[in-house]
Amino acid sequence: MIEKVLIANRGEIALRILRACKELGIQTVAVHSKVDRDLMHVRMADEAVCIGPDSPAESYLNIPAIIAAAEVTDSVAIHPGYGFLAENADFAEQVEKSGFTFIGPPHDVIRLMGNKVSAIKAMAKAGVPTVPGSNGPVTNNNDRTLAIAHKIGYPIMIKAASGGGGRGMRAVHSEAALLNSIQLTQSEAKAAFGDGTVYLEKFLDKPRHVEVQVLADGQGNAIHLGDRDCSLQRRHQKVLEEAPAPNIDEYARQTVYEACTKACIDIGYKGAGTFEFLYQDNKFYFIEMNTRVQVEHPVSEMISGIDIVKEQLRIASGLPLSVSQKDISFSGHAIECRINAEDPKTFIPSPGTVKHFHIPGGYGVRVDSHLFSGYKVPPYYDSLIGKLITHGEDRESALNRMKVALDELVIDGIKTNVPLHRKLVRDAGFRHEEFTIHYLEELIKN
Amino acid sequence: MDIRKIKKLIELLEESDIEELEIKEGDDSVRICRRRQEAPMVQPTFVAAAPAPSTPAEINPTSSTTSAAENELNGHAIRSPMVGTYYSAPSPSAPSFIEVGQTIKAGDVICIVEAMKMMNQIEADKSGTVSAILIENGQPVEFDQPLITLV
Repeated sequence: MIEKVLIANRGEIALRILRACKELGIQTVAVHSKVDRDLMHVRMADEAVCIGPDSPAESYLNIPAIIAAAEVTDSVAIHPGYGFLAENADFAEQVEKSGFTFIGPPHDVIRLMGNKVSAIKAMAKAGVPTVPGSNGPVTNNNDRTLAIAHKIGYPIMIKAASGGGGRGMRAVHSEAALLNSIQLTQSEAKAAFGDGTVYLEKFLDKPRHVEVQVLADGQGNAIHLGDRDCSLQRRHQKVLEEAPAPNIDEYARQTVYEACTKACIDIGYKGAGTFEFLYQDNKFYFIEMNTRVQVEHPVSEMISGIDIVKEQLRIASGLPLSVSQKDISFSGHAIECRINAEDPKTFIPSPGTVKHFHIPGGYGVRVDSHLFSGYKVPPYYDSLIGKLITHGEDRESALNRMKVALDELVIDGIKTNVPLHRKLVRDAGFRHEEFTIHYLEELIKN
Repeated sequence: MDIRKIKKLIELLEESDIEELEIKEGDDSVRICRRRQEAPMVQPTFVAAAPAPSTPAEINPTSSTTSAAENELNGHAIRSPMVGTYYSAPSPSAPSFIEVGQTIKAGDVICIVEAMKMMNQIEADKSGTVSAILIENGQPVEFDQPLITLV
């Protein structure tokens, strides 16, 4: 087992990683920005290093500062968490070149999956079902582009190859608008990601977002931990997630599980990862792969009994997976509500001091949060302040448990989206499994 | 907690069979551990966390080790702009860049902070007389850590 891990992140995920390290007897180093000196995990870590001022660019995105901190603390490995540098192939490469272990897949695999065009090609090759599309970047040949679009059929989604997570996308409903929309998306992509390459995909009008959690140890073992439904999104940001995804065609499900684990072996994947799909008309369509631990990983942990972060640490230590696929049995249903420091109606971020923080408890209730009474939520980072997770023997009981837990939860002093969650768990459409990725935004509008 | 006190504690540890020593003085706390064959490691200005968080409820952000130590700073502190290892001279055999009592100008090199095999010359941001050098040669420093004070 690696002896010392540097946690290159903040907030709830840094605390999550710290807990897993402590359970495994791994020494912890917490790097933090100036304002984050009093974060829960920083106070609990064995060592702490301030790596920069408050701005993310000068702290959590500051590669030299993070690597220097690893050097002066004699760290062995670096866990990037999610966001920040977690899927930055250059960072992963520099970490390895500097003599540390990057807790995640090899940098060339991160690069392969980071480019959506090459990711789709690799997945299609491995037998993972993909969205009908241009199967490659859009070229300067307008006739060719128009022909491809005609073949796919409108409406069409233009996507940036270096985008992802909902960024750099534009829908086109008719041929007349296609070429102009492509040019627009290309310039936006160039400005936002430094790469103007775009590709085309069939626009699915009523899909759900269903994803598959995988673990691979780089020693020939790859398993899945079931799927998650993350359809409730606002502006492509997930708000509520659940596992397993309700109402899925069982044959399509098992087929896609096999394809995902096979793909892991084919591309040489190592660590925790998620294959994201759009699910419509009983079919899975691959959209992208996330080569990191995700925010919503707890719901998969609750139904499978596997500690995903501990597995990441084991895999990075060179150990094989602690279980095989046949050892895993899925039990019950889990739901996660992302608690954000924001106005529940306008969604404007609401930093400030949490005067009083009281979490719910009881059987089947889990809270992953770095908050404490008196904590000051800073304005410089994203607004996620915690995750409330419930598990029940079925979806209905998990939802009811979440209802009770949300009512017990107290976060006083700042605005949060807890009122929105209280509405969601009572919403008829959501409870009756009648939703798509557009559902939440329509609900909010009305 | 000043460096001479800490040095004394290290000497005490080395001379005894003690594996680990933790001392609290008001808001300051130091933990010194003996690790394998290496010299005892000291982390005085990094957050030296107690084994368990001692305050489950309200946490006063001003009670961190750094701000308590800062109350003892005499004059203007020049702080490290980066993480790395502090060196007081351009090379092991060369004389130090500065001495206590020396008058320096803004822009003068006061030390080197090394990270990722690159030596970065740290310059004074103000002119003045060096009243204290707070870091030992070879000691790790973090962002914003006070290196020297000027009056």
